[in-house]
Amino acid sequence: MIVSMTLELKDIPGQLVLALSPISEFQGNIMSVVHQHDEKTPRGSIPVQITFEIEHSVLNKLIDRLEKSGVKVARVGEERLRSTVSVILIGHIVHSDMGDTIDKIDSTGFAEVVDMSLSMPAIEKTSSAYLVINAIGEKELGKALDIMREVAAKKDLLLIEPIRLNSVGS
Amino acid sequence: MRIVNISIIGFGAVGQGVARSILSKQEYLKKEGIDLRVVGISDSKGSEINTTGIDLKSALLRKKQKGSVGSNNALDIIGDVEHDIVVEATPTNINNGEPGLSNMRLAFKSGKHVVTSNKGPLALHFNELKEAAEDNGLFFRYEATVGGAVPIFNLVHEALGGNTVFGIEGILNGTCNYILTRMSEERMPYYLALKEAQELGIAETDPTYDVEGIDSAIKLVIIANSIFGLDSTYKDVDVTGITKITPEALELANRNNYVVKLICEAREGKLTVAPRLVPKRHPLAVGGTLNVASILTDLAGRITISGKGAGSIETASSILSDILYIARNL
Repeated sequence: MIVSMTLELKDIPGQLVLALSPISEFQGNIMSVVHQHDEKTPRGSIPVQITFEIEHSVLNKLIDRLEKSGVKVARVGEERLRSTVSVILIGHIVHSDMGDTIDKIDSTGFAEVVDMSLSMPAIEKTSSAYLVINAIGEKELGKALDIMREVAAKKDLLLIEPIRLNSVGS
Repeated sequence: MRIVNISIIGFGAVGQGVARSILSKQEYLKKEGIDLRVVGISDSKGSEINTTGIDLKSALLRKKQKGSVGSNNALDIIGDVEHDIVVEATPTNINNGEPGLSNMRLAFKSGKHVVTSNKGPLALHFNELKEAAEDNGLFFRYEATVGGAVPIFNLVHEALGGNTVFGIEGILNGTCNYILTRMSEERMPYYLALKEAQELGIAETDPTYDVEGIDSAIKLVIIANSIFGLDSTYKDVDVTGITKITPEALELANRNNYVVKLICEAREGKLTVAPRLVPKRHPLAVGGTLNVASILTDLAGRITISGKGAGSIETASSILSDILYIARNL
């Protein structure tokens, strides 16, 4: 699983190593570390955002270890939806039940519509929508796009997808 | 000095552009050691033949004044006049490829190399024509059929030789690109942008061929057959045009740092023409009437070229380059 964590470190030397080494010990693969030394918390500690990949079974042990070594774990979250795609829909979007279109993606369990802007120039005129779909991986994102294509075809909407060559095969 | 005799079949914008560029490149050709002579020109109304070389200046003038290059009728330049290269520049006919198709068949049958800008015969009978050329040991060059001045086939077949091409994406229709660019810049509805394009001569009175994506699809078929060795025709392309696109959609795209372009895509044997979101700073996001092609290969990575996709002299640039390629390899 991919985990994002906010840790709070004491403002003394050696604290970042103290926070990172247990992750390595538990075979975690660190993907990013954001260390903002000049942004202190009201408690005077320094917040660090870390994203890493780790076995689900050892996560609690890792948190224990961090807390015991004096690193405060302020937030733990699973980064579930890592892949993202933007699309545009054109047509009678509202009349064709936008809620249902979004539902079809959200109900998959592996993808969600996370952002949407709608532009409706006038009643009876075609409207346009911009949607951002997130999914847990590229494969799932592909499946979500398949669903969108199916829905668009059924509801007679024009689906504009992004160019693909750069993301696939490159 | 090597004498290379050519004929120009079809003397419209492209054919005249070829004549003009040959005229303006006399010095260049001399330096190359090539004496390029046009021994026959024909248009829909007549023809002129001169085995020692037609005076191109007066041929162009006659065409301008009388609407035709000559009064000789029914003379079969391709079959009966001795020469090396047939420049086939008759208009594209997507229904049966004629008259270009018969012209090309006859050229190969009578031992002449073919250079063409005519998409119809290639979109319908690419492999037959390619084989006819190969069987007779002749060159078949068609750079001008796709992308106007943009040298897509030369790039892939010559400059990128040795590379395996994974896929190609591009904008191959300047009319659609112009309309989408104007809709996006001015927040114009589709019909107004189309009207403006028609007034400027960028779109035709009947714009169907361009705006429904047919022209793009035909070019994609030629690319697919030439570069991927497919045996595809227009029917194999999944085509969506630009007529349903709203200015609001372009505005939403713009707000999220995208532009919408009519993109031709050949990938994994699938051919698609459809409006697509292109990140604003992506090399495919060219504006106006420009064409662009992005080629993804194994060794060179991604190569993108863009340039003018239409115009008499621009198209003649591709034709002249094909003529010179043959002349150097005769």
